[in-house]
Amino acid sequence: MSIGILVLAVLILAAAGFVLGRQRALATAGGDPRRLHSLPGHYGQFTAILAAVPALVLLAIWLLAQPLAIESRIAPMLTADSPADRSLAMADVRRISIGLDLLAVSDRLSEDAVASLSSETLAPRLRQVGTAVTQVTPEALSAAKAHRTMRHTLQIWMTAAVGLTAATCFVFALLRIRPDFRARNVSERFVMWLLIAASLVAVATTAGIVLSLVSETLHFFRIYPAREFFLSLTWNPQFRGGSDLGIWPLLWGTVYISIIALIVAVPIGLLTAVYLSEYASRRTRGWAKPAIEILAGIPTIVYGLFALITVGPALRDWFAQPLGLGASSSSVMTAGLVMGIMLIPFVSSLSDDIINAVPQSLRDGSYGLGATQSETVKLVILPAALPGIVGAVLLAASRAIGETMIVVLGAGAAAKLSLNPFEAMTTVTVKIVSQLTGDTEFASPETLVAFALGLTLFVMTLVLNVLALYIVRKYREQYE
Amino acid sequence: MTDAAAPASPAIRDGSLFAPDAHTRRRNAAERRFRAYGITAVALSILALIVLLVSVLGNGAGAFRQTFIQIPVTIDAKIVDPKGNRALDEMKKVTTIGYGKQLEASMLAAVAAAGVATDGLSRKDIAGLLSKEAAAGLRGMVLENPDLIGRTITFRALANGRIDGYFKGRVSMDSAKLDSNISPAQLVLAERLRDAGLVTVAFNPQFLLGADASEVRPEAAGLGVAILGSAYMMIIVLVLALPLGVAASIYLEEFAPKNRWTDLIEVNIANLAAVPSIVYGILGLAIFINTLGLPQSAPIVGGLILTLMTLPTIIIATRVSLAAVPPSIRDAALGVGASRMQAVFHHVLPLALPGILTGTIIGMARALGETAPLLLIGMVAFVREFPAAPPEGFFSPASALPVQVYNFTQRADPAFVERASGAIIVLLVFLICMNAAAIILRRRFERRW
Repeated sequence: MSIGILVLAVLILAAAGFVLGRQRALATAGGDPRRLHSLPGHYGQFTAILAAVPALVLLAIWLLAQPLAIESRIAPMLTADSPADRSLAMADVRRISIGLDLLAVSDRLSEDAVASLSSETLAPRLRQVGTAVTQVTPEALSAAKAHRTMRHTLQIWMTAAVGLTAATCFVFALLRIRPDFRARNVSERFVMWLLIAASLVAVATTAGIVLSLVSETLHFFRIYPAREFFLSLTWNPQFRGGSDLGIWPLLWGTVYISIIALIVAVPIGLLTAVYLSEYASRRTRGWAKPAIEILAGIPTIVYGLFALITVGPALRDWFAQPLGLGASSSSVMTAGLVMGIMLIPFVSSLSDDIINAVPQSLRDGSYGLGATQSETVKLVILPAALPGIVGAVLLAASRAIGETMIVVLGAGAAAKLSLNPFEAMTTVTVKIVSQLTGDTEFASPETLVAFALGLTLFVMTLVLNVLALYIVRKYREQYE
Repeated sequence: MTDAAAPASPAIRDGSLFAPDAHTRRRNAAERRFRAYGITAVALSILALIVLLVSVLGNGAGAFRQTFIQIPVTIDAKIVDPKGNRALDEMKKVTTIGYGKQLEASMLAAVAAAGVATDGLSRKDIAGLLSKEAAAGLRGMVLENPDLIGRTITFRALANGRIDGYFKGRVSMDSAKLDSNISPAQLVLAERLRDAGLVTVAFNPQFLLGADASEVRPEAAGLGVAILGSAYMMIIVLVLALPLGVAASIYLEEFAPKNRWTDLIEVNIANLAAVPSIVYGILGLAIFINTLGLPQSAPIVGGLILTLMTLPTIIIATRVSLAAVPPSIRDAALGVGASRMQAVFHHVLPLALPGILTGTIIGMARALGETAPLLLIGMVAFVREFPAAPPEGFFSPASALPVQVYNFTQRADPAFVERASGAIIVLLVFLICMNAAAIILRRRFERRW
């Protein structure tokens, strides 16, 4: 926890800097804040920022660089055949090295005692202090000892460097303080950089998503032919290799379920929106709209459970079995129906916004020509709102494609290309979950295929979203 | 030159103007039909909501009540403390098997004392009415309070899951005949014991406070670890997402120049809000676990992923409420000599705060119910130990409420359906509280300019 103490020390120094900087500014101005360029607090902020930020940045860089530096020195001590072996051995060394620290504390060992520990009896003792190692080889132990010594030396250097930086900057800041020094500009520029950095987190997230998906997908295509992935019609992963990993059965399941969901959600959602915005009294609207929006706030796992324990068995007993279409309670119909319910508020609230954005003058014109209310809706409002509604439907489709929990619990796990809606099928998202939560090795194609599936999903939803946002934006401009 | 064709004149009416003609009747019928469609759609949506809630609540209400068997147990020092020195380390060596034997004996004695006929059930069958978890409960109680040794206490033991199911209507005599875990004779005995007052169905605090239990002991499964894990993640989300989101929105709304770069950021945020949640799970697995080496199934990883997912929601809400503060406020602040930064932080931000907090709470409520990304980072693992207090607890394995629901649904014993629905009730109660807080905040503090 010495890093925590170091950070705390720097922060205390910064707090002291705030008080001292303030006082010094007032002192240089002869106790009259009006002679200062900035408020006294700004001088305090300036000192605090200078005391804390460079030191903490140094600390962060050091913490990132230290393991790399140590491991590049340790690596020659280990004999390993492949990079994967090497990283496993390195992880072992790291664990033992930290275990030695724990052992030294719990058994009160001196440095010499730690250095003379032998590898034979060490593993059980390490396990006792909570280090998960199965066996300790002499090679790993000597590497771990070197690792530990280096770690400790570097730790001392780090403390010294960070402390020195903080102190130097602190003194430098205090010396800079004069009545005409523009402390406010400095502290505000710093805050501005913080704000910009925060807004870049969103960009970094997208970059992280794209990078991790693309790099692992490329990795996948290096060990599994892309042709097979995009063109094969079977999905049949095997634990021992030799799997068929064709995406089409999964895409078909995804699209089929989404279509059923949209067939349920779009008419109901649209008619709900029309009724609530054009017909309903203020009172009806007042309770019905929030009630429907409750559906949007319910977590998808709840819908999943609803599909699993209520809708699935009901559909099986009342439709699938009497009609002789199947005996499975998880089916495309189950997942599609429940997902449709989930999408109703999504479609209705988006359409509601769009219908309300249609100018009143269009309605008045239509009524003036003698149209009834429903004719106005059908012939004037809906055509005028059509682009927006298409956008809403596209957004709903993207939501349906990316939905996971409902299909995990409601659709089944069998990858099939079938037209029967009462049969269990599976989707891209279900397979991402099952491939990544299984016990397969991470570098196997059976696991890596999940990243290729994830990328497919990401691209599909991205295209739908961009298209929808573009259409909705275009449409809004039309009436503004 | 009047060669423009005159419009075809409609048929001349020959009836009263007060009697609608066929065309008008048709139009009016269409109007009524359309109205009926609308009402049907609204009714269907509300019906779906009601069926959903009734199904979950109906299935889950039973999880809060549990069947207990109340028996006097004499804690024999010879068994639980063979050395007789009350040293905790020594006593911990006695496993639940030792306590189980004691419970078995107490159970038989209690049944005999109550004068209930056992119809020749074997000792094992009678003790089988107790949950396998009961011995562990007794052991925990004794280790916590060694003074109990040698005394006779009234122990409230969990009943076997099948007995519990029988009193809740899940298990019947017919199903017990086919069940290797319970026999109809045992159910008859349970019923007699209930009449004798030994078996009761009562509120079960362990469902909310206890840890998860193994696949064959649904009666002992609790949500404690999951609730704690979810709480840890919400703390992380609040601490990270609120400042980051507010800072990003202030920059974009108040300071950012209108150029291609800020446009890119804005489109980016709009898209992030619509990225499927499972993709965030893949991101977390690839970046936080595989690259940065953070531990699997730890709340810190879940918290970070949920932070990234919540950020767009918070940013969008914050920008709306910042934009709603009228420019006159900024102008007035600038007019009396504030810098732009001071105008924002001293005047605009406090006025926008209710809207920001409302958006944050709603974003967190959504994060609380999120399941899919947490499945990918290993939160499906079976976790029995409570995580430590923060900050170490952020790095130790934990579960999360929605993931616990998923876990329960993956188990074979039908008793877990009740547990899963019960967990959802707990989840929904938290969501309702959060959303109510958001609504109250909006009603009380939001200002219309």
